[in-house]
Amino acid sequence: MSYEEVIFYFVAAVTVLGALGVVLTRNVVHSALFLILALLAVAGVFILLSAEFLAIVQILIYGGAVTILILFVMMLTRVRDMPQALDGPQRPFAALAAGAFLVLSVLAALSSDWPGETREITVVPFREMGEALFRDWAVPFEVASLVLLVALIGAIVLARGEEGE
Amino acid sequence: MIQDLFADYIAVLIAAILGILLVGGALMGNYILAPRQASRAKSLTYECGMLPIGRSRTQVHFRYYLFAILFLIFDIEAVFLFPWAVVFLDIGKAAFYEMLFFMLILGFGLLYAWKKGVLSWR
Repeated sequence: MSYEEVIFYFVAAVTVLGALGVVLTRNVVHSALFLILALLAVAGVFILLSAEFLAIVQILIYGGAVTILILFVMMLTRVRDMPQALDGPQRPFAALAAGAFLVLSVLAALSSDWPGETREITVVPFREMGEALFRDWAVPFEVASLVLLVALIGAIVLARGEEGE
Repeated sequence: MIQDLFADYIAVLIAAILGILLVGGALMGNYILAPRQASRAKSLTYECGMLPIGRSRTQVHFRYYLFAILFLIFDIEAVFLFPWAVVFLDIGKAAFYEMLFFMLILGFGLLYAWKKGVLSWR
């Protein structure tokens, strides 16, 4: 087993542990913290695939901002730290749906024929990506800022509307 | 190429594992070594003073969600700064103005939020 494989299994185990923690802990805040762990471990998988930029995006946006958004939502809603809040009469249906999805994905994984040989990853160096982004695709890059602006203004308008001001 | 990349990140991995072991070891050491005797007086919030009433969790007003949204937007901007910083010297002026324009557009969003009173802490 090469050391890349060792690292992969380590990172994958951390991801699975984090994901299990999200669904198994009683406290929702602990769930959010486990979610951070799982997302950071996925960043490790991206690094193993030599996708550095994706790893940065994963850590900064998913591990940082999105989990902060989730924690904010917990502060805003009337979630009590009671374990019952997480459980409801939907439990058997949830188990059924999750089980069906598991069976479906396992069947899909077994029936697809995977390419036999592993191929070499083509690494996109950070520098090349930056060149492409700021030299060849400068206009779409600026458009991205407009998209972000629209998202920001939309969020503000929606929130202000809720307040009735 | 790939080997070099891994060599860089193995240092990160080792640092992360050592950090986790250090913190975990300190917490475990505290757990093992420290004597524990629970008593009612110890679990009070304040040693002297009024007893706190109600729950420790308070509900925050909905409008503060916008702070998180603002953070998310500017976090995405920060992500774009990384590839920009790498190629900034090669491309030169054009890259500078591109990023300036990008930030001005997002700054307009911040200005809008400010004018709408989103940033005021009430």
